[in-house]
Formats: sequence, C-alpha cells, structure tokens
Amino acid sequence: MTWTNHEFDHIPGTYVFNGRRSVLGYPLNRMCMSFNSEENRHAFLRDEDAYCRRFGLSDEQRQAVSDRDVLRLIKLGGNIYYLAKLAGIFRLNVQDIGAQQSGMSVDDFKAMLVAAGE
Amino acid sequence: MATILGGITTSHIPAIGNAIQRGRENDPSWKPFFDGYIPVRAWLDDVKPDLAVVVYNDHGLNFFLDQIPTFAMGAAKEYPNCDSGWGLEEGPAALGNPEFSWHLIESLVRDEFDLTICQEMKVDHGFMVPMSVLWPHAMEWPLQVVPLAVNTVQHPLPSPARCFKLGKALGKAIASYPEDLNVVVIGTGGMSHQLQGERAGLINKPFDLMFLETIVTNPDALARLSVPDLVESAGSEGVELIMWLVMRGALGERVSLIHRHYHVPVSSTAAGVLVLENAA
Repeated sequence: MTWTNHEFDHIPGTYVFNGRRSVLGYPLNRMCMSFNSEENRHAFLRDEDAYCRRFGLSDEQRQAVSDRDVLRLIKLGGNIYYLAKLAGIFRLNVQDIGAQQSGMSVDDFKAMLVAAGE
Repeated sequence: MATILGGITTSHIPAIGNAIQRGRENDPSWKPFFDGYIPVRAWLDDVKPDLAVVVYNDHGLNFFLDQIPTFAMGAAKEYPNCDSGWGLEEGPAALGNPEFSWHLIESLVRDEFDLTICQEMKVDHGFMVPMSVLWPHAMEWPLQVVPLAVNTVQHPLPSPARCFKLGKALGKAIASYPEDLNVVVIGTGGMSHQLQGERAGLINKPFDLMFLETIVTNPDALARLSVPDLVESAGSEGVELIMWLVMRGALGERVSLIHRHYHVPVSSTAAGVLVLENAA
C-alpha cells in the first residue's frame, strides 16, 4: 500500500489536507467537530485528556493538544477549520495560531499582514 | 422567466461577522473594509433581488469529514444557522424556495453535475457572514436563498475549470426557470490567505489584484489554473477562490464591472469585493 504523491507536496510550510492526512487526523477532527456543542466544550475543559481518549486520539495527538501545539496537530492530520474550534476553546484566534505556527510573535505576525497590504 | 441581475463576490471571514455583531463597523480598523460595501448595498437597493444563490463552503457544521459532497445544493424551505464553535452569535434562518432549488437541481444534473441534494441544511459562517455584510443587522433576510456548497476543505477539490463550468450550467438553469424571479449569484471566500503550517499568514496582493482584474475580463484564463497553482499563489485556504469562478460562470461572457474593492488584512485574510452585471 502506498499513498499517492501530489503536485502540491513541494509547497513549503503547507500541509494540504489530502486523504492521507484526513485518515491520520480523523479521530482528532471528529473530536473537534464535537465542539460545535457548548456542552461538549465544557466537558472537554473539565477533563481534556479523558475527552481526547474518548475520541481515540493517538498519544502524539493527545500530547499536542495538551501542548496547544497547532503546527504539530496539523502535521498529525488536524484540519485547520476543525482545529479552529479547538483553538477557540483556548481563546486563540486565527492570528494567534498563525503566529504560533510561523514562529513569530503575534505583534510581528500582525505587522507582516499589514505590510502585505501595502 | 428568471433573470440574473448580476454577481457579487465577498469574503466570509468570521471576524467580519463578529465586528458587525459588536457594532464595530465604524472603528478605524474596520471602516476601510466596510466602506467597500456601501456601493454594493446601494446596488442591491437599486436592483432588488428576490433570491440569492450563495456559493460557499461548509467549515464543519452541516458536513463532517465522514461524508463530503463535492457540490451540494439546498432544497429546503429554511436554512438554520447554528453554533459551530467559531464564537459567532446565531443569525436569522434564511428562507428557501424549494421549487426553484429543484428546478436548478434537475437542470444541473441533466447537465451532468451530479449534486448532493439537501432538504435539510444548516449554514455556517461561510454563508451567514456574506448575508450579514450585505444586509447588516437584518432581523430577517430580505430575500430567498439557495445555498450551493462547494468542497474546499477535503482534497481532492473540484478544479477551477470544473467550478467555472458549474457556474455556466447554473446560469443556464437559472435562466430557464419559467417564473419571474430576479436572482443574484454570490461567490464567497478568499482572497489569498493561509491559516495553516509555517507559511500561515501568506497574503499575495499581486496575485489577488490580477485575479480581481482577470475574473472580469478573461475568466477562462483563471479556469486554466490548477488547484495546486491556487494553493501556491493564494494559500491553502485562498483556494476558496474556486467559488468565485462559479459566480463568474453564471454570468455571461461579457460583464460590466459595477464595483471593486480590496482590503488587507481582515483577520489573516485579503478581502476582495466585486459587483458585476451582464454587459448590455
């Protein structure tokens, strides 16, 4: 068995959400989908690790959730739109998680975005 | 006969919905963005559409990764909005037009677009933010809708060429509806942005400006781009621009540019607005 290579594989710093990543990340993304419910968001906060185990996250995925490490979660098959639901529980917005993934401070990240418009 | 009054493109960034809900449209950081919608609202007031076909992508509300349709069309009487964990308040449900939806579905399937048909469909910020920014603070939406969901989440995505052809088939389907109905087609999402990976924060203004120009004058050239081309130039989430090509395809070959606006950044995204009419 082998996963097909793609034309977008060479794009740096980019993890296109293909079948391989979706299979790897399925339990993680399924957990994130459950966060559409406020009740589930509270249940997660009451016992994060138990909640992650209930959805069958791998040890690495559970560790990355615990570390709030969005880039690691992306590499472990998380889809950014689903991870945004998780990040929202930690009160992190897309600029916060963009800064985190690109290894910049939030202020530098915002300045980069503003500069891109000039 | 139904008539296409024109096409609109708009971002659907959740932060826009938040800013409207908090009444921040005139804050200095937001005003330059929202000012870009004043001519759009004036145009809508003038042409008074009865119905909008809203081309959007679901971000994990109605669809999960267990079942992802490439193209899905609503055929419901009503489309509720619900909490999807993005921190937005729920907006008013949008009213559908099942007869018109089924007409579109029959015509599109006849033209070999094998859509998923949704008689129950919840719509998330991808749909609601465009409605809110076009009709802000509406307690109820002043027109009927048909949601058309395009998969921009789970690769493989439909190609720009496929989306452009879907738009052409959609235009034909709308025009063949026997009842008088004034329709706008709204393409949402984009422009360049990337929310994931070390390349998060990518904004490509030269590409966006090219896209804003070329979609008016030569959309065939954009339809020749590939999904990897779009990911590379517009970012992994900027690939949403395929939905603009559905809108453009629904219009005729020659269009008039009524309004264009571009603003960077909104949240982590470049925001582009267009109003197009079919050329006389």
